[in-house]
Amino acid sequence: MSTKARTRALIAMLFALVLALGLAACGDDGGDTTGGGGGKAIVSNPDNGKVTLTIGSKNFTEQLVLGEIYAKGLEAAGYKVKTDLNLGSEVIALKALQAGEVSGYPEYTSTALTSFFKAAPEDVPSDPQEAYQQSKAEFEKEGLTAFPPTPFASANAVGTLRTTAEELGLEKVSDLEGQSQDLTLYGSPECRQRVDCLVGLEDGYGLQFKSFTPVDIGLRYEVLDKGQADLSILFTTDAQLSAEADKYVILEDDKKVFPAGNVIFVTDQKVVDEAGPDYEKTITQVQSGLTEQVMQELDARVDIDRQEPAAVATQYLKESGYID
Amino acid sequence: MTDAPQLAQVVIHERTGESCIAQNKVFCPGWAIDNFDRYVDPALQQVVLVVVSVALGFAIAFALALLAHRRRWLVPPLIGVTGVFYTIPSLAFFFLLIPISGRGRDTAIIALTAYTLQIIFRNIMAGLANVPREVKDAGRGMGLTERQLLWRVELPLALPEIIAGLRVATVSTVALATLAAFAGGGGLGEEILSNIDFKTGIVIAGGLAILMAFAFDVILIGIQRLLTPWRRAVPA
Amino acid sequence: MSAAPHLPLAGLEIFGQAIEFIFNGQEAPTVSGKVGGLDQVLDLTARHLEVTALAMGLALIVALPAGLVLGHYGRGELVAVAAGNAGRALPELAIIAFMAAAIGVGLLNVTIALAVLAVPPILTNTFVAVRQVDRGAVDAARGMGMTAREVITRVELPLAVPTIMSGVRTSTINVVATATIAPLAGVLTLGDFILARNVYGDDGVLAGAMLVALLALTLELALAGLQRLLTSPGLRDATTATA
Repeated sequence: MSTKARTRALIAMLFALVLALGLAACGDDGGDTTGGGGGKAIVSNPDNGKVTLTIGSKNFTEQLVLGEIYAKGLEAAGYKVKTDLNLGSEVIALKALQAGEVSGYPEYTSTALTSFFKAAPEDVPSDPQEAYQQSKAEFEKEGLTAFPPTPFASANAVGTLRTTAEELGLEKVSDLEGQSQDLTLYGSPECRQRVDCLVGLEDGYGLQFKSFTPVDIGLRYEVLDKGQADLSILFTTDAQLSAEADKYVILEDDKKVFPAGNVIFVTDQKVVDEAGPDYEKTITQVQSGLTEQVMQELDARVDIDRQEPAAVATQYLKESGYID
Repeated sequence: MTDAPQLAQVVIHERTGESCIAQNKVFCPGWAIDNFDRYVDPALQQVVLVVVSVALGFAIAFALALLAHRRRWLVPPLIGVTGVFYTIPSLAFFFLLIPISGRGRDTAIIALTAYTLQIIFRNIMAGLANVPREVKDAGRGMGLTERQLLWRVELPLALPEIIAGLRVATVSTVALATLAAFAGGGGLGEEILSNIDFKTGIVIAGGLAILMAFAFDVILIGIQRLLTPWRRAVPA
Repeated sequence: MSAAPHLPLAGLEIFGQAIEFIFNGQEAPTVSGKVGGLDQVLDLTARHLEVTALAMGLALIVALPAGLVLGHYGRGELVAVAAGNAGRALPELAIIAFMAAAIGVGLLNVTIALAVLAVPPILTNTFVAVRQVDRGAVDAARGMGMTAREVITRVELPLAVPTIMSGVRTSTINVVATATIAPLAGVLTLGDFILARNVYGDDGVLAGAMLVALLALTLELALAGLQRLLTSPGLRDATTATA
């Protein structure tokens, strides 16, 4: 062959190789991957139509999405469903449940154990099943019960800008010792009173901050961006942490003050008796696809893409095959 | 990614943080156009809140004005009581009412209605007071009863002032109705509260509220022109 | 809708609990400490007044001279009057939320946002008030050889006081009302009792509402008194507000 022809052949082979590799690498379009398991479709049971359920949730994105997922899943199973989302913090949500305003809502085992049942953060079991059993036993003392946990777990975390962390040499929370008195901390209003929040930082880590400013949960990243907060309380499943991983960083919780909790659906025992077996079955079914990666993706669709929680819940249920 | 063929899976999008919406810019036109229908229901809820509250407020204020028209001594105490409703911040009013009327639209309407009373009442009284003496005397001279005088002479002449009061009340109520979300009454404020850091969303919701106020103002000016073709519009 | 009983009797009891919250405080709904009590109430009241005063101060510095000058020279009527109408249409929640998201939280930013809300009534009322000053008095003053500045400060301003004060009252009540949602932007005021139900409980919410209402009414009375004081005796007839 002539040099020209050889070169052309080489380029053609390289091209074909790259093409083959490219096709093999991803089955979907640009950069997207898939996560979570496929699900079996939910079957509608006409008997359930006699029961009306009101699904509640707490007041931040992940909770709103979860509430909608449960509500739409139960609807697909044939129940009459109403939603009363965005109730407030865990105390308010529990009150609503106890007052019968909602049939149930999603709670984190860690929050239940530390906020409701006064467990110390270090006593919260790291095994999800153990934490679930412990929470369930405590709830049952009050006529409530809980369904099995989600695959994913979430926890509070002390977060900051990566630049700040590098500047101050922060990798773990205890690195804040000796420095925290010059740093401002921002968190939700109820953070002031929670052991897995400000109280834990003050008692468990012995840290004093220059100031603590309560702001709406929705602003937890804004205050870091604006340079007003040196530190902000974030959630480990926040979309922003993976979408902008080079901007934000969370400090490692070395003294285990911020236990992670899987989500368990807390509900009234009477409602369970009334609603039949499909109640628990549907809840555990629709949540089985919620790995940490999937939950973060759903959070991202609301917090970054600014879609509505209801729409995102429907997308999740459809993409996972629970409804069509 | 997965090791066994699955029925269906959740698509994990790769986000680069480059898009307008990912950067949470002040206004993202693309997103606004795609998602505009999200704001339609809240806007309609707000319209209902405003129309009902102002209509109720007008009805009550008008009844009070009729009452006080021949009993001047009633005016100061009525101004005082309606003034209390006007001075109490709406948010406080909502939460004072909630133990009594619960969360929801009704509470929002009661508070918003109460707020409008003083301005409407005051303007009706001022309008009636501004009717020239000679006109009233002429009317009486023509044999009109006091009642006929009121309805056929005084009120029509007082119309510009009354509508000026309605305009102020309506514009203020539109702005206040954005707070109805705190009382569970819906409206554009709900969109703002549930996405408190979303700049484009705040701009859209706030912008719609401002436009709504402007639209109501224009409509009321039009109504005034229709009802009083002999007068120029009185600046509020 | 809540499941709380709507009977009048139950309502009265709830108000009693709120008063208890104000004076004695209660156990916090969650883990640690007490909430409420007189010192916390007074602290938040002070902060509420602080941000109100700062915002009003800023608004007056901007709007009062502008209104006086524009009114004196009869310029910019469209702007001055339109400002009053437009200002009424501004939704407070959107302003506070936008400022928090776009610029930042904190006292300075909230003060500026509140001042923006406070300017229109002061500007409009000052302008209109100066325009309505008796031309005869102004001419007489000019005839006496006063400079423009002297005319403004010694003749027009004192005569314009009642209407200006009316605008100041309207502005102040608006600012006090909006300061109630300042906690959304990191500035704690009495509104925190209402907004942070997680922290203070239902009794705290009601107590907050009562305190905010009381504060607004008290300020209104005080300002009405101030208006009477500043109105020169020759003018003390009823002047209705234009804004």
